[in-house]
Amino acid sequence: MITTDILIIGAGPTGLFAVFEAGLLQLKCHLIDALPQAGGQCSEIYPKKPIYDIPGFPEVLAGDLVDNLMEQIKSFSPGFTLGERAQTIEKQENGSFIVTTNKGTKHQAPVVAIAGGLGSFEPRKPLLENLKKYEDNGIAYIIKDPEVYRDTKVLIAGGGDSALDWSIFLSDVASEVTLVHRRKEFRGALDSVEKVQSLKNQGKIRLITPGEVTALEGDKKLEAVTVRKNTTAVEDMRIQVDHFIPLFGLSPKLGPIADWELEIEKNAIKVNTFDYQTNVPGIYAIGDVNTYPGKLKLILCGFHEATLMCQSAYQRIHPDKKYVMKYTTVGGVIGFDGSKKEAPKAVVKAID
Amino acid sequence: MTDIKIRITDREGVVHEIDAPTDMNMNLMEVVRSYELAPEGTIGICGGMAMCASCQCYVKSDHELPEKSDDEEAMLAEAFNVAENSRLGCQIHLTEDLDGLEVELAPES
Repeated sequence: MITTDILIIGAGPTGLFAVFEAGLLQLKCHLIDALPQAGGQCSEIYPKKPIYDIPGFPEVLAGDLVDNLMEQIKSFSPGFTLGERAQTIEKQENGSFIVTTNKGTKHQAPVVAIAGGLGSFEPRKPLLENLKKYEDNGIAYIIKDPEVYRDTKVLIAGGGDSALDWSIFLSDVASEVTLVHRRKEFRGALDSVEKVQSLKNQGKIRLITPGEVTALEGDKKLEAVTVRKNTTAVEDMRIQVDHFIPLFGLSPKLGPIADWELEIEKNAIKVNTFDYQTNVPGIYAIGDVNTYPGKLKLILCGFHEATLMCQSAYQRIHPDKKYVMKYTTVGGVIGFDGSKKEAPKAVVKAID
Repeated sequence: MTDIKIRITDREGVVHEIDAPTDMNMNLMEVVRSYELAPEGTIGICGGMAMCASCQCYVKSDHELPEKSDDEEAMLAEAFNVAENSRLGCQIHLTEDLDGLEVELAPES
């Protein structure tokens, strides 16, 4: 059991900044995120896009913003459960909550802050007959253990970085790698595209473009797929495969949180604007995942919401303590790792 | 004239005839959201960066539209339910030339 003061669901910019504000109040945080890395949409969808409305940053790349936030919260030593989706929540008799992920990891905290953005990112699945039948029976959307593919025939579909990178990686592991994409152009890092080109020239990757997987077959497990080659003469090819890996990106779904008996409106969690608490005391919702009159889905609003949430969480965790907000220019930043950042003392010296 | 008429068929097949402003720097996806023709969280997920295809629509009238950018082409190549007349609503900037535009929202995926 992982225990902490504030359990944050979602490691996007809002969730990360909540760690900082909680840290100033000497509250510890642990974050859960379905993605394998922190940063939420900023890392997953648009790391290279500049953002222009972060106060004090005339321009900052989304990926750099995440790096900066990670640096800012480092001394508060947050814990992370990454690559797991928060699945269930149970209220305990002592008022705390236990949140269990889809992989069974349990977390306990007196306060839960949902900073889930638009939800957890789920793989986008192609529209194919019998798709369900072959899931985990030859079809996987996420590559967990590349060794599974050793000396097998693999077909990857998609045109982005992950399709390119995994084709390159698996060309050394699998006995056969076929990459299928609907057009000749790929959207990925230039060196990945060039590497695939050279592996294709060496005969290590079979490239079918423009093409599309149109049918699946196999008795109990996937045995072959039909790929329609969309050149001037349409051609259907039957390709024997052991594994089919569709990599069409991820799309966010509110997911299990929708069943947590929280009030939901327009795919978002209703909160009050006093402390961003939901209808369940002790569960807060901050950032893009919440809604209230006048809500704006902006990172800067998420930062504000995270700050007020932490003040309320402090009162909840320490009902008997009196507390006055302290500026970082006055109190500095005292990390849980023993570090201390503070303003340098002014020099006091007489001038003769 | 600053408003144009657009006919939008939503994902349930209901046709909406709406007035859309051309002087507010809006795109088609934003108009759909402003009239709430698709539930929040199911359209415009990436905010309009041509990076999610949640605003895919089929253009049914023969208006001349701006060419697709590389980003839009690439995204449509990875989206589902794509047809010849598919476009990303977020990449269609509303101008007076688009008066009478008819589109249908693609299914959620």
